[in-house]
Amino acid sequence: MLQTVVQKILARASGKNHVEVGEVLEPRVDLAMSHENAALVLNQFLEIYDGTGIEAKVWDPSKIAIIFDHRVPAESKKTATNQKKIREFVAEQSISKFHDIRGDEMGICHQILPEYGYVRPGYVVVGTDSHTTSHGALGAFSFGIGATEMASVWTLGSILNVEVPATIKVIVNGKFQKYVAPKDLILYLIGKLTAEGANFKVIEFHGDTIKNMDTSGRLTICNMSVEAGATSGIVPSDEETVRYLRDVAGVKDEINLVVPDPDASYDRIIEIDASTLVPQIACPHTVDNVKPVNEVEGLKIEQVVIGSCTNGRLDDLEIAASMLKGKKIAKGTRMLVFPASGNIYREALVRGYLYDLMEAGAVIANPGCGPCLGVHQGALGDGERALSTTNRNFKGRMGNPISEVYLCSPAVAAASALTGVITNPNNGSK
Amino acid sequence: MAKVIYKLEDDISTDIIYPGRYMATVLPTETPQYAFADIEDLNKMLNDKKAPPNSVIVAGKNFGCGSSREQACSTLKGYELIIVARNFARIFLQNSINLGLQTIVCPDAEASVGDDMEISADKLINKTSGKSFEIIPLPQARQAIIDAGGLIPYTRKRLIEKAGK
Repeated sequence: MLQTVVQKILARASGKNHVEVGEVLEPRVDLAMSHENAALVLNQFLEIYDGTGIEAKVWDPSKIAIIFDHRVPAESKKTATNQKKIREFVAEQSISKFHDIRGDEMGICHQILPEYGYVRPGYVVVGTDSHTTSHGALGAFSFGIGATEMASVWTLGSILNVEVPATIKVIVNGKFQKYVAPKDLILYLIGKLTAEGANFKVIEFHGDTIKNMDTSGRLTICNMSVEAGATSGIVPSDEETVRYLRDVAGVKDEINLVVPDPDASYDRIIEIDASTLVPQIACPHTVDNVKPVNEVEGLKIEQVVIGSCTNGRLDDLEIAASMLKGKKIAKGTRMLVFPASGNIYREALVRGYLYDLMEAGAVIANPGCGPCLGVHQGALGDGERALSTTNRNFKGRMGNPISEVYLCSPAVAAASALTGVITNPNNGSK
Repeated sequence: MAKVIYKLEDDISTDIIYPGRYMATVLPTETPQYAFADIEDLNKMLNDKKAPPNSVIVAGKNFGCGSSREQACSTLKGYELIIVARNFARIFLQNSINLGLQTIVCPDAEASVGDDMEISADKLINKTSGKSFEIIPLPQARQAIIDAGGLIPYTRKRLIEKAGK
């Protein structure tokens, strides 16, 4: 009867003591998140009610979060009109966890949810965004769904026909070397697992490295678990989860930790020695095409991006600012910085990080998804190459199918911005 | 009978199926025009109405990896395409079931453009080459959504039951 953390979460959400891998459940949802694609969810939601004679009301407006981040401020009249429709719906249905385009409360959905204490250990979280896996960093079972599925959740408050996933246990021990970060760990793991290696499975993270990692780093590794196909990444909740929720998110009410049974049954177990890791890079056009940075050093880059739900947090801006302070970004290289939230932006402003980055030549843009998915700012020109701290390097991802995106940590991005070519920060003139 | 109109490689992402720059277009009636927008010949074939319903695209592993954008399904559903792949990424597969896009999991499928296919519950027969290949059936739980005609009618039924209590 031993269970993984996700089995325990799903059992509770389904009113059971125990669930088996493969069992089909209808767990109730604790938090349902959407961004601008709420415009489509809304359309599907109204279609469900169409012809029933029942008034279209969401099951629980306090459990729905809507955060504008993909195209902020709106890049087109189409987006602006979608955002307007969503605003009207939010008001009409009294949805309280709504983050509009405002400097005081805006941000990327996967940053806002933890920052505002919307996610708690043991929650079932669904989001109409594949990187909803991020919230496993707080010990929740959190996964991406499509818009129609979300419309069904808005209607019923539960998610239909969920199969209990098998879990891959990843144990990471050892201390990172200088300029090696959680991003390098997750890139390395994706390279090892491949892009489909964890499809339909959960990745549960353990070991000293994870125990000592702060929530920002845990968000990075859970965020990118989906790039190995995982339904979700999860770090079982612990003292760090409580610290983050109390000190950063300002949560006052009770926090219940959920941990796996010590001898729960796993699909497979992978052990990684963090102390031997070197800076990693994912090469075009798949995220599992991972190599040590040294193997591609010297490739010319036209654009460097620091930001996104993967690496746009304060510690990411801090390391970049510390490496660029008093120096200049190489001529012929553009550097774009997208803080992940308004809170992070303002704190980075107060601490002088943004000043140092701008003084070095970086462009600071407003919080949001920015160029990560190629819809808004920072598109690449034909034949250009970008080095980015974001999460995907698929063909066309940064707005142009004849361009290349390489993925790396903020330290590798900053070191490379100074030289204009892909650079291992450990080989630089520090 | 269903004809193979195009072959694609492994790891076809949702950015290839429906590029991010068209994501502000959300309605299923409007998304089909952007299907495979960056694969120009395929996009043109679809927009020029040269692919009748039940035309088949054969792909490798991990079809639909990446984003949860449902446009990647509605854009293909708009042409009533059948996607045959070695396997599908989870969110894409679930979205397909929810919207009624036909996805066939067939790990060993061999086919060339122009081949005629016959698809049954458990077998894919390439009538041109004469070879037949095993199809991995969907789990029962997912079949229930398909049988209901998609997630919208499935949820509507549940909503009515709930309201009637």
